[in-house]
Amino acid sequence: MSYNVNTKGYYGDFGGAYIPEMLLHNIDELKENYIKIISDDSFQKEFNQLLKDYVGRPSPLYFSKNLSEKYSAKIYLKREDLNHTGAHKINNTIGQIILAKRLKKSRIIAETGAGQHGVATATVCALMGLKCIVYMGATDVKRQAPNVARMKMLGADVIAVTSGSSTLKDATNEAMRDWINNPIDTHYIVGSVVGPHPFPDMVARFQSIISKEIKEQLLAVEGRNYPDYLIACVGGGSNAAGTFYDYLDDERVKIICVEASGKGVNSGKSAATTKLGKTGIIHGSKTLLMQTNDGQITEPYSISAGLDYPGIGPMHANLFTTGRGEFISIDDDEAMSAGLQLSQIEGIIPAIETSHALAVFEHKKFNSNDVIVLNLSGRGEKDLENYIKYFNI
Amino acid sequence: MNRIDKTLKEKDNILSIYFTAGYPHLKSTTEIIKNLVSAGTDMIEIGLPFSDPLADGETIQMSSKIALDNGMSTKILFDQLKGIRNHVDVPLIIMGYFNPIFQFGVEEFCKKCNEIGIDGLIIPDLPIDIYLSKYKLIFEKNRLQNIFLISPQTSDERIDYIDKNSGGFIYVVSSSSITGSTNKFNENSLNYFRRLEKMRLSTPKIIGFGISNNENFSIASKYSQGCIVGSAFIKYLKSNGINSIKIFVDKIKNLN
Repeated sequence: MSYNVNTKGYYGDFGGAYIPEMLLHNIDELKENYIKIISDDSFQKEFNQLLKDYVGRPSPLYFSKNLSEKYSAKIYLKREDLNHTGAHKINNTIGQIILAKRLKKSRIIAETGAGQHGVATATVCALMGLKCIVYMGATDVKRQAPNVARMKMLGADVIAVTSGSSTLKDATNEAMRDWINNPIDTHYIVGSVVGPHPFPDMVARFQSIISKEIKEQLLAVEGRNYPDYLIACVGGGSNAAGTFYDYLDDERVKIICVEASGKGVNSGKSAATTKLGKTGIIHGSKTLLMQTNDGQITEPYSISAGLDYPGIGPMHANLFTTGRGEFISIDDDEAMSAGLQLSQIEGIIPAIETSHALAVFEHKKFNSNDVIVLNLSGRGEKDLENYIKYFNI
Repeated sequence: MNRIDKTLKEKDNILSIYFTAGYPHLKSTTEIIKNLVSAGTDMIEIGLPFSDPLADGETIQMSSKIALDNGMSTKILFDQLKGIRNHVDVPLIIMGYFNPIFQFGVEEFCKKCNEIGIDGLIIPDLPIDIYLSKYKLIFEKNRLQNIFLISPQTSDERIDYIDKNSGGFIYVVSSSSITGSTNKFNENSLNYFRRLEKMRLSTPKIIGFGISNNENFSIASKYSQGCIVGSAFIKYLKSNGINSIKIFVDKIKNLN
């Protein structure tokens, strides 16, 4: 049994494409072409070249001496925060923009929550000269003004979405509606391992560069190409999918997924999908999601806008139900403390999403010879205002 | 014979009207149905509201949100519809997204529909392949016809496949768009209707999306057995309430 996607687009019981007929043409076009296009040598050459020269890959695997001492384990940080635009998101948008060009699309749409994926999409559209429209919940447009400004500076149109609850899930609905209305010239760059097949698999493949590099980098410093533990935060789950990808079926490696429990799992203000969710359909995918007993999708909460999604990707839903992955929920306070700690003992200000992953060390005891790789998925500049407000700095 | 098949056999220029259950008021459901029937509507689609209706434009998004805020739920809708068959005999179809049905339990949902006298379901985000492999038998056991959509992007091959596996009618989405976005058919839509006409499908066709006036109703009726009107009716309810539905129906049918 594999924990990766099967030929029908499922991870165990999760995944598939639960989409209206009006989207089928777009999804089928992708499904029939994506593997062929991305396995092509010229695609790989262009992709890898851009990752190297434009994104700045490989990202360092940094041995964190101070965290390792404090928690008595061998802790490595995979520095995705050092990528161009400040997070792992750009790996996926580079891949999808090259794909979109090869599918002869001239117009790009994307959804964004905190704005990181929107910025990464606007960036590659500027690079490739394609028109870019980013859907963003009206609430998030207000909360994330600096990223809205970045997108505009990069030439993108940012559309504030006022339907539903005016946040990420509504922005995603609106992007899908745009795609229904523009079935010929438009490619939708989905930002996470969510949505109908083939998006979860495609995004995971583009992010898998993270685990490929971890393999080589670990071999050089540890003499073996696998860690004992991998740790990553999960909103939709793209940085986690990239971190786990090459190790999914290597059971020597234990997988830890960190989700945001906001003000506490049972506070009514949480995004801890595996604790609170049930199987259902969201954005075209069968997965775990937070919903009422009546099947209405509920609004999640986390201090981190990037973890503020009511579902998780189908790969992660399967990791959870099979027990392959351990899921730990971290609340706002624990995350914020872990973020401040990393800033002050390592001189790295992490994104609040990543701070959730970092808080695992206060939760779980490791052995002193355990080799742990934590994906430092993004940098904290975008969150400065939040940190400052929270700590009253 | 299923009421949908019977209506399609006996009538042309069928007018089917969609409304969102729970809008404008939680308890409007049965009154809207009765008023629609006495106004001469041939078939009715009862919308089960969903928080994330991704094939719908702003009008139906709005009515769905208000319906949910009013407290509408699957269970309440079924309670309201109990006994509806003592009052009306037109085909009744429930249109809803898959997640609320999945949470209710597909089998339980279909059983309830059968008890009430619902004739068919339209579930836009349940693709035909998943339906055929997992749910077809349950639908059949409960005498429910599952209505599938096709759009201008749907290939001839797939249309044939849907035609072979459809009951009732094929829901022809008039353009590449979400609900409520067009007022006038463009040349692409007309070419698509003509293409369908030439295909001589065995399942009757009804055209929906973008039908808001008599002009579109007449054009669409030329190429199919009738039309579905949704967003335009919701807009009408918003401004005029539920007591003057006959004026709306007459206008679409051009009877006034």
